[in-house]
Amino acid sequence: MTKITRRDFGLVVAAAVLLPVTTARADNDIEVHIDNFVFAPAELNVKVGTTVTWTNRDDIPHTIVSAGKFRSKTLDTDDKFSFTFTTAGDYKYFCSLHPHMTGMIKVE
Amino acid sequence: MSTHDHDHSEDGLSRRKVLECMTWAGTGVLWTITGGVPRSLGIIDSAQAATAPGMTFLQISDSHVGFDKPANPNALGTLEEAVNKINAMPEKPSFMIHTGDITHLSKAAEFDNAERIISQTKLDVHYVPGEHDFIDEEVKLYRERYGRGTKGHGWYSFDAGGVHFIGLVNVVDLKGGGLGNLGAEQLAWLEDDLRSKSKSTPVVLFAHIPLWTVYPQWGWGTEDGARALEFVKGFGSVTVLNGHIHQVMQKVEGNVTFHTARSTAFPQPAPGSAPSPGPMKVEDARLRSMLGVASINFKQGDQRLAIIDTPLQG
Repeated sequence: MTKITRRDFGLVVAAAVLLPVTTARADNDIEVHIDNFVFAPAELNVKVGTTVTWTNRDDIPHTIVSAGKFRSKTLDTDDKFSFTFTTAGDYKYFCSLHPHMTGMIKVE
Repeated sequence: MSTHDHDHSEDGLSRRKVLECMTWAGTGVLWTITGGVPRSLGIIDSAQAATAPGMTFLQISDSHVGFDKPANPNALGTLEEAVNKINAMPEKPSFMIHTGDITHLSKAAEFDNAERIISQTKLDVHYVPGEHDFIDEEVKLYRERYGRGTKGHGWYSFDAGGVHFIGLVNVVDLKGGGLGNLGAEQLAWLEDDLRSKSKSTPVVLFAHIPLWTVYPQWGWGTEDGARALEFVKGFGSVTVLNGHIHQVMQKVEGNVTFHTARSTAFPQPAPGSAPSPGPMKVEDARLRSMLGVASINFKQGDQRLAIIDTPLQG
């Protein structure tokens, strides 16, 4: 474990190069609102490194769950939940209390 | 209103009349179910007078203790009013069922307050959880209080007055885009639980989310509810009691009567009549006419079952 292989070294360099770029893009944070049991916008296209913040503006608690990816605590009225997307892909999510509420974040 | 004749002959019951009665159910009509045909006997006062001895139990639902938003800033207060109404009933019911959403946010204090008020009825209470009862961090408070002797996430059955009661849990492991969910394990248990029962045993199924599809656009239904209903096919008398939608709704299909109870906390809109199923703010003077409890009477022998929905006021 003490030896750094050529391949590992390459990864470390790549990470070091990518990191500042990722941080810069994170300035582009995005909000999703919950009103009337609906995620708005329901679908979002974001860059890797973006932080999405959900705010529950209903009088009823909601959650934000993407199976195997992330899960918020229960959000009461005006509570928020943030998640930073560090890997590209499609993130389908829903409210585990009211599963007819669904949304999608496409990360590229 | 009280002079309206709702005593239809069974063969002359038109669809329009049934719908008319369904509206009446919302203002407190006694129903008798004979051979799958609903027959209303009149408004509450005369209905109570007509109630023959038998087993009566109560259904209370969606007390949402902790809710304090504009639709009802004091949900604990209206629960207490419901309990006072129960305590004032001329005949003491045998027991009570609570069809879930005892609390609003599954906080320990909310469960404690609910218990403090509901225990004033001095009745045995058989609970099933709503989705609002399972949102504490460790998902343990409901089960610590009400899970003793139950299976899985809290399902169970018991017998009372010759009726077989089955409490089901359909608020766990919900799938994105889906409805309420019973799951394979619970369905297998249910099938097994019913196997030893004679088909003449009246069955009452109760769960939080309606087991029938009320309005899927708002999630008002249970994904695998039809599977559960297959197991009770062939039973002479089946009654399905639910909450969740905070309004009275009734449907009869063959030998199965479906009924949802009012909330004691806040009303919700009729399906599709508002942008969302969220709490409905009504004028203060109207609130108590939209909250309440249900009383269910079963008479041994004639397979009849009567449901009286009683609002807190009006």
